[in-house]
Amino acid sequence: MYPAAFDYVAVHTLDEALATLSEGDEDTKVLAGGQSLIPMMKLRLATPTKLVDINRVPGLSGLDVSDGHLVVGALTRHNDVVNSDLVKAENPTMAAAAPWIADPLVRNLGTVGGSLAHADPQGDWGSVMLACGAEVVAVSSSRGERTIPVTELFVDLFTSALEPDELLTEVRVPRYTGPAGGTYLKLERKVGDYATVGVAVHLQLDGGRIGQAGIALTGVGSKNIKATQAEGALIGQVPGDELFAHAGELAAAAADPRTDVRGSAEFKRSVVSTFVRRGLSEAASQAAGQVVPA
Amino acid sequence: MEITVTVNGVERTADVEPRVLLADFIRTHLGLTGTHIGCDTTSCGVCTVLLDGAPVKSCTVFAVQADGRSITTVEGLRTNGELSAMQKAFKAEHGLQCGFCTPAMMLVGKHLLESNPDPSEDDVRWAISGNLCRCTGYVNIVKAIRAAASESKGVSA
Amino acid sequence: MTTETIHQKFGPPEIGGIGHSVKRAEDDRLVQGAGHYVDDIVLPGMLHLAMLRSPVAHARIVSIDTSAAEALEGVVAVLTGEALAGYNLAWMPTLSGDTQAVLATDKVRFQGQEVAAVVAENPYVAYDALELIDVEYDVLPPVMSPQAALADGAPLIRDDKEGQTDNRCYQWEAGDKAATDRAFEAADHVVSIDTFYPRSHPSPLETCGCVADVDPATKHVTVHMTSQAPHAHRTLFAMVTGLPEQNIRIISPDIGGGFGNKVPIYPGYVVATAASLVIGRPVKWVETRTENLISTGFARDYHMHGELALTSEGRILGLRVKMLSDNGAFFADAQPTRFKAGLFHIVTGSYDYPAAHVVTEGAYTNKAPGGVAYRCSFRVTEASYLIERLVQNAAYELGIDPAEIRRRNFIQPDQFPYTSPTGFVYDSGNYPAALQKALDIVGYDDLRAEQAAARERGDKMQVGIGIASFTEVVGAGKGTEYDIAGLRMFDSAELRIHPTGKAILKLGVRSQGQGHETTFAQIVANELGIPSIDVKVMEGDTDNTPYGLGTYASRSTPVGGAATVVIARKLREKATKIAAHLLEAAEGDIEFDAGKFSVRGSPDQAVTIQDVALAAYTNLPEGMEAGLEGVHYYDPPNMTYPFGSYVVVVDLDTETGQWKVRRMVAVDDCGVRINPMIVDGQIHGGLAEGYAMSSMQFITFDEDGNCIGSNFMDYLVPTAWETPRFELGATVTPSPHHPIGAKGVGESATVGSPAAFVNAVIDAVADRGIRNIDMPVLPSRVWHALQEASRS
Repeated sequence: MYPAAFDYVAVHTLDEALATLSEGDEDTKVLAGGQSLIPMMKLRLATPTKLVDINRVPGLSGLDVSDGHLVVGALTRHNDVVNSDLVKAENPTMAAAAPWIADPLVRNLGTVGGSLAHADPQGDWGSVMLACGAEVVAVSSSRGERTIPVTELFVDLFTSALEPDELLTEVRVPRYTGPAGGTYLKLERKVGDYATVGVAVHLQLDGGRIGQAGIALTGVGSKNIKATQAEGALIGQVPGDELFAHAGELAAAAADPRTDVRGSAEFKRSVVSTFVRRGLSEAASQAAGQVVPA
Repeated sequence: MEITVTVNGVERTADVEPRVLLADFIRTHLGLTGTHIGCDTTSCGVCTVLLDGAPVKSCTVFAVQADGRSITTVEGLRTNGELSAMQKAFKAEHGLQCGFCTPAMMLVGKHLLESNPDPSEDDVRWAISGNLCRCTGYVNIVKAIRAAASESKGVSA
Repeated sequence: MTTETIHQKFGPPEIGGIGHSVKRAEDDRLVQGAGHYVDDIVLPGMLHLAMLRSPVAHARIVSIDTSAAEALEGVVAVLTGEALAGYNLAWMPTLSGDTQAVLATDKVRFQGQEVAAVVAENPYVAYDALELIDVEYDVLPPVMSPQAALADGAPLIRDDKEGQTDNRCYQWEAGDKAATDRAFEAADHVVSIDTFYPRSHPSPLETCGCVADVDPATKHVTVHMTSQAPHAHRTLFAMVTGLPEQNIRIISPDIGGGFGNKVPIYPGYVVATAASLVIGRPVKWVETRTENLISTGFARDYHMHGELALTSEGRILGLRVKMLSDNGAFFADAQPTRFKAGLFHIVTGSYDYPAAHVVTEGAYTNKAPGGVAYRCSFRVTEASYLIERLVQNAAYELGIDPAEIRRRNFIQPDQFPYTSPTGFVYDSGNYPAALQKALDIVGYDDLRAEQAAARERGDKMQVGIGIASFTEVVGAGKGTEYDIAGLRMFDSAELRIHPTGKAILKLGVRSQGQGHETTFAQIVANELGIPSIDVKVMEGDTDNTPYGLGTYASRSTPVGGAATVVIARKLREKATKIAAHLLEAAEGDIEFDAGKFSVRGSPDQAVTIQDVALAAYTNLPEGMEAGLEGVHYYDPPNMTYPFGSYVVVVDLDTETGQWKVRRMVAVDDCGVRINPMIVDGQIHGGLAEGYAMSSMQFITFDEDGNCIGSNFMDYLVPTAWETPRFELGATVTPSPHHPIGAKGVGESATVGSPAAFVNAVIDAVADRGIRNIDMPVLPSRVWHALQEASRS
């Protein structure tokens, strides 16, 4: 219920943040929204010796388009995304996913960057960013800036590719260059429950055929899973129910769910298949202009 | 560490360990016991306060994070000795039974009405979906928040 | 008794008597955050207690080293079972005649069991110290189901009990085996079901806790405690600790929900009191949510087998039930002593048939002790669930509409009082009227037509309609039959009217949100004409209230409410004499109406109850004792039997197994309604809890004995988003034996609704031959049932 003791520093600039991280060790943790970290600390499942509070660093929050990307500042709160007209216009997958994250209170503090850095296979943003082909920018004081494709970000359960002295500063999501659509479907027992199954999809059409496809899965493996085989089966094809059902089967095969209180592995695979099929159908409708992205 | 937090409009200064939870700071250091604690996994929401106007679970924020910021607790809902429209509505609509989740529900309701002065039932249920209640089945909580909305609009509930 | 229209009002609204939706007196402080809950209490010098709990389900304790914890700055004491044994406090009696470890001595018998306690200057240090206590366990194989517990060769859990050679906890039966066997021989059809009512937990939002304050000079004990039954707790404290009862004061302040969770005595209370006694400072113990879910009084966990014997017209001839209950490591059920399975033998339900035989058996397992709690009277929800699921299945098997089969079997209004085959005497009821009202509100025939069409088309989305027509049994019965730990289940009311015409009412029951400060004042208002806002209601302080058995099993109105009526009427008798004296008339000529005493035939010759109250202290008839007060202890002649019919409509996605409640219609009959607004509120809350259990809420264990469901991430409480909307209706069939015809309602909806929700889901897929899906009915379980059905 009460965390172990730790040292705390609130930094006010990015340089200060990076310097503090480089002076620290693997028990120094970044405090952003804290909505994943603090619960673990209260149960003493995480016992960092030092917390670096970056919430007062300017310039790390915000949503903007730049250089062919929708740029999401790492400290952008989940509710900022929910309320963003820009996101609704730019990326229906993100717009659909944001309200599914945790609950309205947690969304006021939890951040997109923090969620990705946490590498929780039940994190919704992970699947969204995998599906959308996003990349993150990480900075350290000694090595400067580098770009990590989200496909390389999730190494294992709660393990990201970030070095202990690195700070994730922004997420860059490629903008669509043609008719596109996307959505996020989530089976959860109640608001705030982790996903039994989550599915992020998007499609971009090119001359009536599928030019780009993204399918990624939440809660059915030790990491968020990009269903590359299913994606590949869609490229160059004309959208259609049978095609989407086939992609659903391939995505289900890519899932690696566990049987637990939320359901059997067999059940979860089935839901992956159903949700991918339904999600692709929704995305295709949006792309065809029949449905305005929500 | 010394922190200064504006609490219900009044600046309060205290010396706290970094690990002191904001909920505990409010209850123990400030003696404001209207903010409650109901779980240990950030799941129930009875600890909700407004942090710079936005509802957050104060059990999942360290008090030191609130340094230089402002919080509103249930004790801050009364103005000039008068119950707020929200508080009156909760009594009028039987929006509480044991009262344990009530401060949180009222604060979330207050925040909702600031951006959505005429919420639908769905709007209210969505807004309070981070706050649990075991007594009321939520029915009269929703009625109370919407009644407060009508009252604020000058329409009789 | 006839069924009347609801919300019948007694007396003018300005008095606020029964039948009026008076706004609650308790709300003023609660909406200001000025409620006074146990954790809000701060006393000078107060210390904090944190409990070390076993990480394993079954193990011998080899050693406990507390030295590092004791050495931590800020730690005042570390207690173990060995230390408590010195005071004879390591074990304590339970409310079911068993014993329970306070702090483990020889073994731990469930994951989460109390092993040691740290008392420190603040809770942060206390939790730091917990990590420094070193316990060596010799892990034993855990017994994680009652079937495993009763199997040959199962490890013995209660080797602390002399003469205990197996894991049998209790056996109990009701009804007539021979008559039931005959009924089954005569039957055209037998329909059976095996169903499991999973372990769940009341989990009120305020966890359990206390501040134990032993005065070091006098050794007088005050325990501020989350208690639904403060007097019973005081007596048990006295018996357990040996401290004199007159020097023990239990104060139950504002309680943040009880639902039965705050009826048992938990080790934390005992350890905190012992610590305060030894250290000489107040000690606060407030458990975390995890502790609450993993160790305190759980509910349900009944494995049930039921059989109905029926004619080909669907008339029930008899019922057979075998039930196996999982009682955890200690038999700590809080229920009437005579009934080891509580009131489970109400399982015969709302139906008229002559024969039933109910056999119940309980087993010890390596799980938290308990149970019984969670807003269900005593095991009535399990009983109601079984019979309503059986009757629904019988409808499918015999090809009779589920509403019709109930109509054919209902006990009819003119059959009351009705003696059930297991010995209950139902006081009053009108089951057909409640069912018809529910069916009318929901539009039953149209829904069946819609369902038929969707089935015909083979739609992916199917609709299901579930019915539950429950009778529950609440309150208490005669003291000769109903006692808890020997204390008879009467209750009490002490009423005193002040010179200025206001009053104070002190009760032996204890609200945890049910609005007693308002509803009991309304009873006084009704009987004496004193406006309910002028009546202060006090509960919970054992030094200042008459002895009662507390609030659970919906007993406050049936028993405490009756006591209040009786004493109010006694005071009215004395008031009439005083009025006669003031009016210089004969007592027999005085009429009373809504607070006014007048001379028959001369309405202008009148005095008010306020005039009489003043006179009781200033102007009495010759020889009359001053004051206007009295106390009454009410021994109820019978239980009361609230009832209702619920109808749930669900839309079910046959591809994913997800289901959503489209409509939930609840028609309740709790007799006369004191405060219709509060009654509706109780029903809303119960329906939400029924929905929770039917859809997502349970505690389960893995085979290693780990508890899954020990926090709110795993033990799910629905939010406002998932919780369905409810449509309420009512009928009023007064209880003939209750002074104002009221029956109690706090638990009806939790009792009756799980079957309605589950019946609706089963109904959506019953045409595929599906007859049972255990709660919680998760999408995954529906999906698997559909897969299996399509294979066969």
